[in-house]
Amino acid sequence: MADLSAWDRVTLARMLERPKSLDYINNIFTDFIELHGDRNFGDDKSIVGGIAKLDDISVTVIGEQKGKKAKENMERNFGMPNPEGYRKALRLMKQAEKFKRPIITFIDTPGAYPGMGAEERGQGEAIARNMLEMSNLKVPIICIVIGEGSSGGALAIAVGDKIVMLENAVYSILSPEGFASILYKDASKAKDAAENMKMTAKDLKNMKIIDKIIDEPDGGAQNDFNQVVKELKQYIKESIKELSKYSEEELIENRYQKFRIMGK
Amino acid sequence: MGTVLFFPREKREPSPNLPNEVEKLIIDKVKKVNKQEKSVKNEKASDMLIGKWIKCDNCKEILYKEDVHKNLSVCPNCGKHFRLSARRRIKQIADEGTFEEIGKDILTKDPLKFEGYLKKVESLKEKTKIEEAVKCGTCKINGEDVVLAVMDGNFLMGSMGSAVGERITLAIETSILKRLPLIIFCVSGGARMQEGIVSLMQMAKTSAALAKHNQSGLLYISVLTDPTTGGVTASFASLGDIILAEPNALIGFAGPRVIEQTMKQKLPEGFQRSEFLLEHGFIDKIVERKDMKDVLTQIIRLHK
Ligand SMILES: [Zn+2]
Repeated sequence: MADLSAWDRVTLARMLERPKSLDYINNIFTDFIELHGDRNFGDDKSIVGGIAKLDDISVTVIGEQKGKKAKENMERNFGMPNPEGYRKALRLMKQAEKFKRPIITFIDTPGAYPGMGAEERGQGEAIARNMLEMSNLKVPIICIVIGEGSSGGALAIAVGDKIVMLENAVYSILSPEGFASILYKDASKAKDAAENMKMTAKDLKNMKIIDKIIDEPDGGAQNDFNQVVKELKQYIKESIKELSKYSEEELIENRYQKFRIMGK
Repeated sequence: MGTVLFFPREKREPSPNLPNEVEKLIIDKVKKVNKQEKSVKNEKASDMLIGKWIKCDNCKEILYKEDVHKNLSVCPNCGKHFRLSARRRIKQIADEGTFEEIGKDILTKDPLKFEGYLKKVESLKEKTKIEEAVKCGTCKINGEDVVLAVMDGNFLMGSMGSAVGERITLAIETSILKRLPLIIFCVSGGARMQEGIVSLMQMAKTSAALAKHNQSGLLYISVLTDPTTGGVTASFASLGDIILAEPNALIGFAGPRVIEQTMKQKLPEGFQRSEFLLEHGFIDKIVERKDMKDVLTQIIRLHK
């Protein structure tokens, strides 16, 4: 799928029928048990997480979850987490560290939820805290952008040792609509914005922000989901094998250097 | 809004017929100027003409700029803390002559090749006499050695692109290397849009550096000033061991307008202000500008 514009990919990344985090979790792993709540405020349905098996090893999986139908999408808050979602993710990641489980995160969000409650409960602090803690976790972390990776709301679960994007996923500082309304003072110029924002997997690979692009079939991942799952699973297994060679100190230092050089 | 009022001078009610009062003030000044010799006279007169007066956007009082500057850029009438350039902030916080800048050679990058961006940066550099939206360095505060980073809202709203991220990270690393306390004064509209994903990654980079700093057992004091929003709130601003804020500063992740659009309602008075954050448990203390240097000193000494 060579000749798609950035906007074409934005459209694909947002398609309702595009596979969501739970589709990947249920198809790459076995024995998934979902765990709930941040032990403080509530359970945010826009982030799912739990423990599962990757063949014979236990892993912690976390994903931003959009719905595939309008009703589910409402329940999931369109994949826009509140602070308790990020804090649930952090709780599960610390749990993973305790039990020495690798962490796999799936990123798919239009952004952190910009609501009053979110502000009252410290959306900024929740995102910041996750990034700080993730850069210090002693277990391998693999982050996969499967759809929309937008703003700090995406980055809050995307600080890891390997950053992967699906071919039609997008990853950016904010939505092209937001970018256009801020910088072009015209939200209808989102298409132009998308082309200029360098938000496709290929752009980010060229900029050395991500490590790997997972191919998709024509028309998007849903058209041959098994193939995408197979390739992704293979990559996750190889990465965990590779990352397991490092000591905890090396792992953390390499992760630090990975982000340290961005924008240097 | 429960702004605490404090006055180094006598308390005055805002006058209902301001223009007359201002006119009177100007006439008085002009009379005084008129008695002076010609060269001084011209200078003073032109001072007034080219806007040496400002209007407080809180109490609406018309103020002579010099008076405001002498009062740490706080309204002498109502106590409103005006926004401060990095240069003035450093002057207020660092002991005289001790600030040594680091990372000055780290300059703006243009990873998106965004049209007009570097041109705009050039003209801003000229206008603001600073090279980027943060100034970092080592200095003494009442004799105590620290690493100090001060953001500047005059430079593209204090937004964080690669240069800001890199300078802040360098400041954090310098603090680790020299085993000095770290103080960051935040003012920011958020991540810098013009540098796209690279700006976003500065949030991860600075947070990772603070993770290292944290592991080193060193003190980090974050000071939030008006406004601190977006990607800066969602990274180093929120990660202080101790978080201070100036009174009535706007502090949040999403901007008020975005929230109003989402919620389809107007936000209550005082939402996302320092006092609101204190009440909700996200900052340790609100500190007036006149007390800031002493409070910082006290905290630093408590960690020695
Ligand atoms: Zn005032």
